Amino acid sequence: MEVPILKQGAYLIASVQSALSDADLVQLRDAVVERVGKLRSRGVIIDVTALDVMDSFATRTLRDIAHMIRLRGADTVIVGIQPEVAFALVQLGLKLEGVATALDLEEGIAYLDRKAKTQAKETRSRGR
Amino acid sequence: MARVAKRPPNVPQSEFRSTQRLLSELVAHLRESRTQLREEWARRITEAKLLTAMSNEEIFAEATSVYDNYVEALETGTFEALQAYARNLSERIIPRGVETHEVIGIVLLLRDVLARSLFAKYQADFSLLNRILDAYEPAANRIAITVAVGFVQERERVIREQQEAIRVLSTPVLQVRERLLILPIIGVIDPQRARQLTEQLLRGIRTNRAKVVVIDITGVPVMDENVANHLVQTVEAARLLGATVIITGLSPEIAQTLVTIGVDLGKMNTVGDLQGGIEEAERALGYKVVDISESVAPA
Repeated sequence: MEVPILKQGAYLIASVQSALSDADLVQLRDAVVERVGKLRSRGVIIDVTALDVMDSFATRTLRDIAHMIRLRGADTVIVGIQPEVAFALVQLGLKLEGVATALDLEEGIAYLDRKAKTQAKETRSRGR
Repeated sequence: MARVAKRPPNVPQSEFRSTQRLLSELVAHLRESRTQLREEWARRITEAKLLTAMSNEEIFAEATSVYDNYVEALETGTFEALQAYARNLSERIIPRGVETHEVIGIVLLLRDVLARSLFAKYQADFSLLNRILDAYEPAANRIAITVAVGFVQERERVIREQQEAIRVLSTPVLQVRERLLILPIIGVIDPQRARQLTEQLLRGIRTNRAKVVVIDITGVPVMDENVANHLVQTVEAARLLGATVIITGLSPEIAQTLVTIGVDLGKMNTVGDLQGGIEEAERALGYKVVDISESVAPA
């Protein structure tokens, strides 16, 4: 099941619709990384609201996506983690360390906007 | 109205029929003497100082229902109706403060009152009296047990409900500002409460779209390793939902526990007291507290 990836201005939004197999996750990772490069996106939002379950492969892949996208100069934020899923993840010790998370799409976009603003400020101050 | 009883599978037909005849005679007698036996029973209840939580009128009303259900159970040999009645009665009298020993006491008193009336009626024929009692006693014992068990089960159900209510009440999730939740915890946290706390918090974060949560543990006297770990997990889970957690009110003992356990304090954002925690949360959310009396321009 391919995950639809939509362009929203300078951001990409990947909306997971249903449970993802390991192959789907790998496919998502490759598609997002490629799209970020092609469209020169500044940020990626991965919406996992539809996921009832997240296993170690899923968390590892999401972490990989965030790191790979960082290497391309963009930020990632995972949104929509369900309370039950969040609880299960921490109990199993599956960390999403180093990956930004937000409550929902709105918060995710707000986070990326803030990040972009601070980065622009830094760049300007460095340039002086 | 006569009802038909079912023959138990291990009782031979002839014996069953004669027992049934005796029981029918017994039931007929109990129905005839209903008024005076019921009064006798109510009198004995008051004498034994049972059901003091209820008025005499109430006792009499309930006595009537219990008596009729009792006789019917004797007649039909089935106890479902009696069981249902016992639970219904328990549901009504438990909130009035009626105790288990009172309920068992009054059922045994009724048993005695009815037995006495049988002695009185059949005293002339000892062997008949014996046969009547052979029919009466097992049924009467079964009735006493049914009523007592029904009462106890109802009590247990009430206790379970109350425990659940207390559990839910003791971890309220409160919204004090837009995007700011406070979770004040009082009392000892056991693993089950800790788990429930986390679930309620995560749901609260989602429902209220909270960005900051202040968990105040001023009211928590002690914490063991399990619960401390659970607290850390709660903080991490909240982060996955995009919320920051500030923990306030750590007692010196709990602070010691956390250090001893080796909790990664880098992961825990703590502030001394609730006031400090709320102030920091407000700053994080971009609120500023301004004294408005000074900003009012003179007329």
